[in-house]
Amino acid sequence: MVDSSVVLFGQTLAYTLYCVAMISLMAWFAYRVTQAGAASVVKPGVFYTFVGFLAVLGVSLHIITYNTIPWAPMDLDRGAYTPDRTFSITVADHRFQLPAEKLLIECGETVLFDVTSADLTYGFGLFRTDHSMVFQMQVVPGHRNDILWKFEKPGVYTIRSTEYSGPAGTSMILEDAVEVGSCEQTVASSASHNG
Amino acid sequence: MSFRDDLIHGERGLFKPDTLTPMQKITLRFVVMGLVFYGFAVIEGMIMRLYEVKPLPFVSEEQFFAILTAHPLVGIFGSTYSLVCGAFLFLVPFLMKKPLWSVKLANLTWIFLAVGTLTFWGAGFLTHYAPLYTLYWPLPADFEQFSVIGGTVFILGIAIVMVGTAFFIINVFKTITYTPEGWEKQPAGALLGSALGLSGFRNLFRKQKEEHLVPLPVAAIARGTVDMALNSTVILFTGVLILVYMVAALAGVDLSHTAVDALLYKNWFWWGLDLIADGLVLIFVAGTWYLLASLITGKPIYFQNIARAALLVELVVSWTVWSHHLLSDQAQPAVLKVVSGEMVTAFELITQGLAFFITLATLWSARPLKMTNPLKFLLGGLLGFALAVPAGIMQADAGLNRILHNTQWIVGPHVHVAILVGLTMTLYSAVYLLLPILTNGAELWSQKLADLHFWAHLLGGIGMGAFMGMAGLQGMLRRSLYVQGEFGGYMILAGLSGALLLLAFLVFFFNVVMTLGLKGVLGIFTPSKIATKDLVPAA
Repeated sequence: MVDSSVVLFGQTLAYTLYCVAMISLMAWFAYRVTQAGAASVVKPGVFYTFVGFLAVLGVSLHIITYNTIPWAPMDLDRGAYTPDRTFSITVADHRFQLPAEKLLIECGETVLFDVTSADLTYGFGLFRTDHSMVFQMQVVPGHRNDILWKFEKPGVYTIRSTEYSGPAGTSMILEDAVEVGSCEQTVASSASHNG
Repeated sequence: MSFRDDLIHGERGLFKPDTLTPMQKITLRFVVMGLVFYGFAVIEGMIMRLYEVKPLPFVSEEQFFAILTAHPLVGIFGSTYSLVCGAFLFLVPFLMKKPLWSVKLANLTWIFLAVGTLTFWGAGFLTHYAPLYTLYWPLPADFEQFSVIGGTVFILGIAIVMVGTAFFIINVFKTITYTPEGWEKQPAGALLGSALGLSGFRNLFRKQKEEHLVPLPVAAIARGTVDMALNSTVILFTGVLILVYMVAALAGVDLSHTAVDALLYKNWFWWGLDLIADGLVLIFVAGTWYLLASLITGKPIYFQNIARAALLVELVVSWTVWSHHLLSDQAQPAVLKVVSGEMVTAFELITQGLAFFITLATLWSARPLKMTNPLKFLLGGLLGFALAVPAGIMQADAGLNRILHNTQWIVGPHVHVAILVGLTMTLYSAVYLLLPILTNGAELWSQKLADLHFWAHLLGGIGMGAFMGMAGLQGMLRRSLYVQGEFGGYMILAGLSGALLLLAFLVFFFNVVMTLGLKGVLGIFTPSKIATKDLVPAA
């Protein structure tokens, strides 16, 4: 599965280019609208083309992301997948209660995080050591909050509440609580099984 | 004239509050209160910007989150609502060419908005009541973290604002439909139908088209006001629900939080809140763009009928998009995520894009235009929404939301660029345009300061949004604290941009005070000496 950092890079690039283009367009317009020249009415064809472009853009964005962001279809249809591993986590009184001190995952596994809140609305997010986000979800009391994620890179991750639950919630951080093992071992093990 | 004379009497003594009609005075009171509360919001914002760089020793974490709770509410209800209500209570009768239905109710409106805002702000400041504006259940009723008395006063403050909002709503619709004394009977039903877009909708199926009885900006105001009425109802109902828990707690009874379904509540409340962010703001802004473009150019609005239809579509869309706020809630049905959260939300790209294009095309039809203050701020406002709306559409995507939700991306390039650059610059454009009309010809004290206001606000707003967004893309959460300087570089740059916004506001406020003079500003709040229902003095 493509790492979320790759998706973020793509988004950063696309939005930056868009902003540069839009700011340039407005600067050009601001200059030209003050310049002498024949006042002209924009042709209806230009208007309708623009409307069509917006419609195509609005709809195609979601179709493109659904087909290119690997977790999108899996997330919307979680029930159809069988996880390799499930972690049941409880949150209460601004504290995460994990099933083990460290959640160990083998590279390539699809893991279900099933998080329950006993009191407030919290968030559940996994973060890399450079503080960048792998994923997050909301944790609403009285409801099932589960997220399925496929880990294809080794690493150590921090769990952090991604939703405000009062000032006490700012310390809801479990450093290095999740560890994904080396992918080389998995490849070697799978090769030896096949052999 | 000397600096001292200008400070006391205004630019060349041109502003004479004794010559103002009651409507001019009331509108200026809204403007002054709106600017004062904008000052509150900017200073609060700056405190938070500094705190994100390095926690300030004189601000506790509890105080920080109390500021975070009050900041958007002061900005929206205290400032934006004041400016918008004031402008529209003047413009609806101006455009309908008849007096406002009730001057008394208009006066009560600004008073309720101001008193309500001061009440909830004070409660937050003194008691650190801090459930944030989202009020996710059961946080607002968590009395182990928050003072029940502080919460009760806070919610009462919001309720007072909502009552003031109700006064505005009644006044707008009554002004559109009523028959002034001595006038021929007005077709109230037809006027209301035209304002809400029913006649335009019927025209789609008729050979003989009905005439539009209300001007396009009034149609926008009326449709945005529908969303205002709906969201006020939701907020009031939610406030009553929270108050029930508070009153019970004060009486020593501990009500069970589980009696309220947290997800259902979240859907209900976001449905109401979104009628502001994705409803009335977009509709009011589009209407204001059309009005400003037609006043600046003196030309009719390009593709006016499509603009009207788009406003109606936007109204309906605003009722059905709330689920994009729940894309990260796993118990939310997938069909709501896809249909409401993604697909219908994408319509906002179309409706807002249409308003953007139509406004630019109207301006283009009148070139060459002089780059006046209203025009440059209008272009700034257009740019703000052009940047912020696509940022919102991106986060309203199930795949991208998984890595963007609750990060600084949401609140930077989307929320703050939309509000500070898009909305506020549009409002500034209206203020610069209306200032001579509302003051009977007062002239701006300094054009250089107006230019500085423009550039500092534009660069500060875009810069702050951009640096917050960059931090968000690197994983920095909103509604959280980073005390180890994890995102220090971005936060310093965002703080410098915030300082530009503060400078812009101070420069503008100073320029307005020097234009009107301190005596003039005080004179706005004394009763008018002219007994007239006219908007401006008879020539």
